[in-house]
Amino acid sequence: MTDHHNEIDSVSGRSTTGHEWDGIKELNTPLPRWWVITFYLTIIWAIGYWIVYPAWPLISSNTRGVLGYSSRADVAVELANLDKIRGDKMVALGAASLADIEKDPALLALARAKGKTVFGDNCAPCHGSGAAGAKGFPNLNDDDWLWGGTLEQIMQTIQFGARSGHAKAHEGQMLAFGKDGVLKPEEIVTVANYVRSLSGLSTRNGYDAAKGEKIFAENCIACHGDGGKGNQELGAPNLTDKIWLYGSDEATLIETISQGRAGVMPAWEGRLDPSTIKAMAVYVHSLGGGK
Amino acid sequence: MNKTVNPNELTSDDDYGPLYAARKKVYPQSVHGTFRRIKWGLMAFCLGVYYFLPFVRWNRGLGAPSQAVLIDLPNSRFYFFFIELWPQEVYYFTGLLIVAAVTLFLMNSVGGRIWCGYLCPQTVWTDVFYAVERLIEGDRRERMKKDKSSDPMKLERISEIVLKHSIWLLIAWWTGGAWVLYFNDAPTLVKQLITFQAPMIAYIWIGILTATTYLLAGHMREQVCNYMCPWPRIQAALTDEWALNVTYRYDRGEKRTSVKKAAELRALGQQVGDCVDCYQCVAVCPTGIDIRNGPQLECIQCGLCIDACDNVMAKIGRPKRLIGYDNDINIHRRQEGKAPIYRIVRARTIAYSAIIAAVGGIMIYVLATRTLLDINVLHDRNPVAVKLSDGSIRNAYTARLLNKSGHDRVIAIDIDGPVNATIHVVGADSVTPDRPMIVIPRDSTSELRLLVTAPADGNPEKSIPVHFHVTDIGLGEAASTTDNFVAP
Repeated sequence: MTDHHNEIDSVSGRSTTGHEWDGIKELNTPLPRWWVITFYLTIIWAIGYWIVYPAWPLISSNTRGVLGYSSRADVAVELANLDKIRGDKMVALGAASLADIEKDPALLALARAKGKTVFGDNCAPCHGSGAAGAKGFPNLNDDDWLWGGTLEQIMQTIQFGARSGHAKAHEGQMLAFGKDGVLKPEEIVTVANYVRSLSGLSTRNGYDAAKGEKIFAENCIACHGDGGKGNQELGAPNLTDKIWLYGSDEATLIETISQGRAGVMPAWEGRLDPSTIKAMAVYVHSLGGGK
Repeated sequence: MNKTVNPNELTSDDDYGPLYAARKKVYPQSVHGTFRRIKWGLMAFCLGVYYFLPFVRWNRGLGAPSQAVLIDLPNSRFYFFFIELWPQEVYYFTGLLIVAAVTLFLMNSVGGRIWCGYLCPQTVWTDVFYAVERLIEGDRRERMKKDKSSDPMKLERISEIVLKHSIWLLIAWWTGGAWVLYFNDAPTLVKQLITFQAPMIAYIWIGILTATTYLLAGHMREQVCNYMCPWPRIQAALTDEWALNVTYRYDRGEKRTSVKKAAELRALGQQVGDCVDCYQCVAVCPTGIDIRNGPQLECIQCGLCIDACDNVMAKIGRPKRLIGYDNDINIHRRQEGKAPIYRIVRARTIAYSAIIAAVGGIMIYVLATRTLLDINVLHDRNPVAVKLSDGSIRNAYTARLLNKSGHDRVIAIDIDGPVNATIHVVGADSVTPDRPMIVIPRDSTSELRLLVTAPADGNPEKSIPVHFHVTDIGLGEAASTTDNFVAP
């Protein structure tokens, strides 16, 4: 290699890099000094960073840095701060009665916000994100309640659930009249039509109303009550209203009477803390159907 | 700045030389005169407003900030004397920006780069920094000599440099300090800043703006205008032949001669230019250009060369304003022996003024007629409708009620739309079951859950509009909004 560094290009008057291709020489155009200085400063900065902060991966861990910084510790601090900020409000929520929470705009807003988040995490899989329910899973927006729709009743249902196995859970179920051989198939068809007539729905041609009423009186009123108004103690639905958990068509009703129904609502006590359950109760109540 | 090249002689890109040119430091000379006085006056006014406006008080009643101009970020409010804006009213700033832009165009079509020369913060602060430099290091020649000197620095020179940069930094620091005062109660923050109890973010912003002010006004100066600012490029495209610009009247100035030679030639009855090539216009120029080369991108049109030239003309007994606000049309007219004409009122200026008046008018109208009570309603998306046990239909809405006034309001909510519909507000007292009444605290919003229930009979199955009316029980002020009532 010959030294071309002092070679001056005759046309431009500038020095060349000494690189030559087919007689074409590259002019030496150095990077601007500010750029070079900045570049070296970033290198110096990086070395400082390696010393101060966690940087290099090792086999099973990494260098910790002299500051001992860790983003996980940051998260812990942030979470602790959040608890501190929320502390007073959550204490107030825990101390207030359910009715008072709904009357205090600030507490109501807090309970609704908290309730909505917790509902989305825990309840939405069955009840839907807007609590509109689905077949077998009650719509919590309407005014028809299996186990009662007051604030206290809603909270109780959330706490202990229904047929959840919890000692205080709501019990009672729809028996399987067909499967267990209590009613004959034609009797089931008749009583299904009778049940439809209770809420003004049409009945099958040739259906014997008197026979239906008799079957109903013998088998159903124990739970569903005289006239089919239901019983919230047992979770027996009101059969005279327009809301049907599983459906009101004849086929569904026959299925319900034959096979029975026993949907499960889990108990949330122990999984959610008391003030959260309270917020949930207020949230569900405020959806619109609360009594 | 590059040497002048005849384009016809260029054969390759290399002939233009390097695209990078090192900066030639500018040493503007001090100057006295009309435009210098205007600049001092405007500088005092602009800086006075900037530095002291946060301390102006404005009484808004108890519990509200008493600062006339305040950007209250934590509470999302902007206060400007009697105006209080909420975040959703930020579109007023769009109007303000339109007015500002068109005002800039109007200024340009009347008198060129008035903004650049007199009002731009870059110009104002650079001017202040030059004044400090001149005070400490002396005028143009002294500064050039001191910078060029290769002698080892003496204590006197070192102390000069230290003093200059200290004062610069002090001004820069005050500039940053004033900035943060617009975002907090100024007297409180000043106290906190002095006792080192202000929030860290305040110190950080002061630091940033101290750095930018010191760099832009102390070191970068005319380079900001030449390389960073888009306005010189836009300005050139927006100007026209009637706009007045700082112009060297070459019809009068050429041919340039010396004072002595001119006198001799005039005595012989010959035509001589008034320019005596004294280079005073170049010496005072803060961007270091020669105005006699014609209109240039670097010229911020501060008018200091007019003052410099006027002073020389006075001394040599020639008429003033060899350099002045003028345009090419008049130079040509004078060359042809015609009287100059000036057209301030022309299609372009009328159009700009009309736009300013229209946008300004709309803004004032909107501001004057805006309501201080408002309601926004959002229909529940899931479920959109709920069937109740008696067959009736219920829709739920989230309403946001805005009370922008300075007092608490009691408002009633009425609906009209579905037949026999009733409204219920979750959590509201049921003293008046059919007409819910709510208290909305002053200067705040309340979020409410509204439940509208209507019987199934009499209402069509598809969605029908439902109007929500809110009325201030005390003042009668009202607002309304419309959404839909949907059947399942």
